[in-house]
Amino acid sequence: MQFLWAFIIGGLICVIGQIMMDAFKLTPAHTMSTLVVAGAVADGFGLYDPLVKFAGAGASVPITSFGSSLVHGALSELQRDGWVGIVTGIFEVTSAGISAAIIFSFLAALIVRPRG
Amino acid sequence: MPASTKKGAKFSLDNLSSQDYKSIAQKHEPKRSIFKNCILAFLIGGGICLLGQAIQQAFMALFDMSTKEAASPTVAVLIIISVILTSCGVYDKIAQVAGAGTAVPVTGFANSMCSAALEHKAEGYVLGVGANMFKLAGSVIVFGTVAAFFVGLVYAIFGLEGVHHQ
Repeated sequence: MQFLWAFIIGGLICVIGQIMMDAFKLTPAHTMSTLVVAGAVADGFGLYDPLVKFAGAGASVPITSFGSSLVHGALSELQRDGWVGIVTGIFEVTSAGISAAIIFSFLAALIVRPRG
Repeated sequence: MPASTKKGAKFSLDNLSSQDYKSIAQKHEPKRSIFKNCILAFLIGGGICLLGQAIQQAFMALFDMSTKEAASPTVAVLIIISVILTSCGVYDKIAQVAGAGTAVPVTGFANSMCSAALEHKAEGYVLGVGANMFKLAGSVIVFGTVAAFFVGLVYAIFGLEGVHHQ
């Protein structure tokens, strides 16, 4: 059942992005930025966690979860360390994604000969 | 039909203005309706999330992880897959069909970084790869960080009690 909801919710978030690009003529960069901010705001209202619980990877794989994870990190360190936690905690949860993307992209650039 | 012959004369190859060219090119461009794009984005984006769910379940089953613990390795695996497919040139081919279906999942984030890194390799590792890697992904990180900061600020000012369960 979790697989079905992951497919449907994940697909729907992509459709929202597609509509923003096609109907509102936004560039991909604008679309992604809007979705990330939307995810952060949704998490601020406590709406994103229930969605992840419901749809699993359907909510945690799209880029909106990146915004939600940034807020998660900021809030958990805010709770623990006080005000400074907002700044120190933002990248706590998303560190895996960003680091992996940097490291593997760099390795790919080292190894792969670009074509064209 | 006099109208069509007149049109044909207007579009003769000798005096083709750039505006005429544009209108001809537009006519012959493959028409892709928003609806069809959305269906493709739904299917492929949903498929990527399905793959993510499968990887997450595998981590949970094999390494006895909780859902939360499995989230980070799942994202990392998806990113590795995306980087490999980008390096082979496969991801961009899928992206031409899928549109937002490949851009919105976290794999699209990795794809934008990897393809920027590969594209600018010729300019050197520091000025090319290092400086251009975040060309597209940077805006996502900047706006996400700023938004998260303000959400955190709101919570810091108005209190956290009971509202967020982290």
